Amino acid sequence: MKIVIIGNGISGITTARYIRKQSDHEILVISSESEHFFSRTALMYIYMGHMKYEHTKPYEDWFWKKNKIELKNAFVDQIDFDAKSLRTTIGEHVSYDKLVIATGSKTNKFGWKGQDLKGVQGLYSKQDVELMEENTDGIKEAVIIGGGLIGIEMAEMLNSRGIKVNFLIREKEYWNNVLPKEEALLVGRHIAEHHINLITETELEEILADENGRVKSIITKAGKEIKCQFVGLTAGVSPNIDFLKNTPLKTDRGVLVNEVLETNLPDIYALGDCAQFTNPKEKHPPIEQLWYTGRMQAKALAKTICGTPTKYDRGIWFNSAKFLDIEYQTYGLMFKEPFDDEETFYWEYANGKISFRANFSKEDGALRGFNFFGIRFKQVVADDWIRNKVNISKCMNDLNKGFFDPEFYKNYHRAIINSFNQEFPQHLVKVPKKKFLVF
Amino acid sequence: MKIIRQIGLIIFLTCLAIFIALPFLGKYQLTENIFTQTVSDANQQTLLKPALKSMFGKEYISNKEFISDFNKAFDGVNDEFKKRQEWDKVIYTDYTFPIVKKSSIGFVADNQQLLFFICFIGGALGGLLFMIPAMFIEPVSGIKHNDIFKKGITNKGIIAFLFAAGLIGFYILLYKAPAYITNWVLLVDPLSLKLSGSEASQWFLYGFLYCLVMTTMAVRMYIKYRHNNYELVRTTSVLFFQIAFAFLIPNIMSKLMLPSMDFKNMWPLDYSFFFDYRLNDLLAHGMLGYWMIGWGIFLFVVGVPVMVYFFGKRWYCSWVCGCGGLAETLGDPFRQLSDKSLKAWKYERVIVHSVLVFAILMTMSVLYTYFSGSPKLLGIDTYAIRETYAFAIGFVFAGAIGTGFYPVMGNRVWCRFGCPLAAYLGIVQRFKSRFRITTNGGQCISCGNCSTYCEMGIDVRAYAQKGENIIRSSCVGCGICAAVCPRGVLKLENSAEEGRFDAYLRPEEADY
Repeated sequence: MKIVIIGNGISGITTARYIRKQSDHEILVISSESEHFFSRTALMYIYMGHMKYEHTKPYEDWFWKKNKIELKNAFVDQIDFDAKSLRTTIGEHVSYDKLVIATGSKTNKFGWKGQDLKGVQGLYSKQDVELMEENTDGIKEAVIIGGGLIGIEMAEMLNSRGIKVNFLIREKEYWNNVLPKEEALLVGRHIAEHHINLITETELEEILADENGRVKSIITKAGKEIKCQFVGLTAGVSPNIDFLKNTPLKTDRGVLVNEVLETNLPDIYALGDCAQFTNPKEKHPPIEQLWYTGRMQAKALAKTICGTPTKYDRGIWFNSAKFLDIEYQTYGLMFKEPFDDEETFYWEYANGKISFRANFSKEDGALRGFNFFGIRFKQVVADDWIRNKVNISKCMNDLNKGFFDPEFYKNYHRAIINSFNQEFPQHLVKVPKKKFLVF
Repeated sequence: MKIIRQIGLIIFLTCLAIFIALPFLGKYQLTENIFTQTVSDANQQTLLKPALKSMFGKEYISNKEFISDFNKAFDGVNDEFKKRQEWDKVIYTDYTFPIVKKSSIGFVADNQQLLFFICFIGGALGGLLFMIPAMFIEPVSGIKHNDIFKKGITNKGIIAFLFAAGLIGFYILLYKAPAYITNWVLLVDPLSLKLSGSEASQWFLYGFLYCLVMTTMAVRMYIKYRHNNYELVRTTSVLFFQIAFAFLIPNIMSKLMLPSMDFKNMWPLDYSFFFDYRLNDLLAHGMLGYWMIGWGIFLFVVGVPVMVYFFGKRWYCSWVCGCGGLAETLGDPFRQLSDKSLKAWKYERVIVHSVLVFAILMTMSVLYTYFSGSPKLLGIDTYAIRETYAFAIGFVFAGAIGTGFYPVMGNRVWCRFGCPLAAYLGIVQRFKSRFRITTNGGQCISCGNCSTYCEMGIDVRAYAQKGENIIRSSCVGCGICAAVCPRGVLKLENSAEEGRFDAYLRPEEADY
């Protein structure tokens, strides 16, 4: 059987690897972005000079041949679902028995005037970083539109080159459509500390060009003009499926799939950033644009393709990020506001850079989730507690089991418990004794 | 701040230039007095004097000519004996270094103190001026690796190769031609006299420079990792062991007329520990000497397995060891240059374990000769084995390549490919230890920071992205992978041995 995978990102490549682990099927991975799989998450580090492109490749180049995973550098522009054949832009035809669509995302552009000018771009692909290198060469000021995770990454990248960054966000605080207010403010302070100019509640009206067709400034909806030689569009990403529009394949924002990652057509599957669940799990997004969800979907899909239909089960939600110098880890469904049946407890260290939040059930005290800023915490511990609805008192008491900071780091357990006991005397937690040395 | 940096760099480079110029400055004049002082053996004096007489009182303007004339005269005497087959008269003692050093007159010899301050103190201050502003330019602490792969010095540019050539040259002079660098040694004479009670040798200079460079570069580490307590404690530890154990204590012991020893250096890294002259020297000092031999043996027989069991090999390699100390301070800017390929790992395993076997065989042959008195073992001259080891491993591998290749192959070339002690510690770490680097479930995003900044060339990411613990014999526990991880995935741990090899995965992922 010949399996063709379009896209060599984490989803496509993990699918290929796991099909290989379980079978001898012929596997072909097609990508126009790069010859080999690389880690998209590390693109910012290439720009900042922390790494070179070669360091972002999780597998050495010989790996693919050794594992009989054929790679093809091409761009697929048409699929003939009846003939089970693809066409690439150079007119080449490739046949398949089963097809996996893992084409990832593209930068959102909302039809702003001037969005395609020179010096205006998003950040998603390897080509984007190369373009950014060119676009930011020798410039002094930049504007970033949209305040998600890519926005802050781009701000950090530009900041590392001494480029003045104006960071425009629609919201009142940074990323507060996801982060609770306290955490959003914490990150906001850290952004200011890095001299990145966060401009809140401001939207883009228009991007203006100079005589050479290059961006020279932007105009906000309030009519203010900001001078800049670069505009980063980071208002999210959306499924990269333009070549599938108006085909028998059912799509909405992404390629529609069920929980086994099957599309409406037989032998066609989709996963990762470009897939959209027809019936997403309650409270979960229909499109999951995360590294680990792509990886997990791929493992399930590989099983399905190899003959054991397997439902994709993410398990308990988690995520992590790094906002400039502050690390963030979250476990469980932690949104802007706690759910109606939840209490929330927040603690922040005096330096305003380290924080802890726990949400738990009002009714029985069962833990629902954690947010950590500047503290590392073991996923298995948090996952186990949330899964087994462990009572918040016990969780608070046992926090030391989960702390994952390097050795000799300050331990905040006592401080967190003291604060918790004041706020929730009904869930009283014993304050642990001070240990001289912890091994 | 940027101007201060520039000034610091200029001061450092100026001091370095003066230092490099010193061996070419000054004059040399051998006198009868110097000759009789240095060649204390009356018999040798009579043999050498006629040949060297023509040099007495003659002023040389370069050490090259002086050394050349001295060697010509010296070798002439020996050749004559050899021709006449008078083997008992041939002089094997090498007097070049002390003769040249004592014969130095003029600018350098007259300005020891001043030049000491210019070259060493000035150079170090210049370095500090260059490094300290970093904390004002980047006032918010965190991982600041900006432009590491864009600068020549840290990304194998021309300047990096020049630096490597300079380091290798320094090691060649130090080991093989110390007579040419007597002017450098002169600068530390006053310090050596105060500390150890005797004039400085090239090894005193080396020890002093080692401490100075480590201290200066440790300041850089303190600034760079000011947010990371593990790195701060660890840096303090290696610095302490270098200054106190490797430099001060042995010199003070010399002054007290006691046998000197670096109490933290350990066989087989300290490959000459069982050489006859060292054993004899220690044994000549009675109980203390016996105790010192006992301590040296205790370290590798009991110390290694016990300490590695509880803490991993890091207790030595990145907390105590001198080679590790230099690698973690001077070498830190080059850690990203280590080769992470599978091929490199294969070479590493073969080479490092071969050196361990070589060290063991060499020591066994040396001890055989020591106890039996027979110079040959299985027809091979044991002295030749020991000299081969000292040259190939002690000088070329550990010195010239080990440090000289910092800017080209990363800061742990010796520790990774060559150190027999690291190989031994590594075997214990791999098979019987609590130490591991644990990974945090599914949080890894495969970015590769950990692998890039692993000085031992371990592909940390390969384990982390699978949720597996990193249990590798080569890991020295420097903790940088955990420091650079943007998602909090890695942690160095010594917790209970049970489950050390188990991956921490959630049920949804463990299934596959």
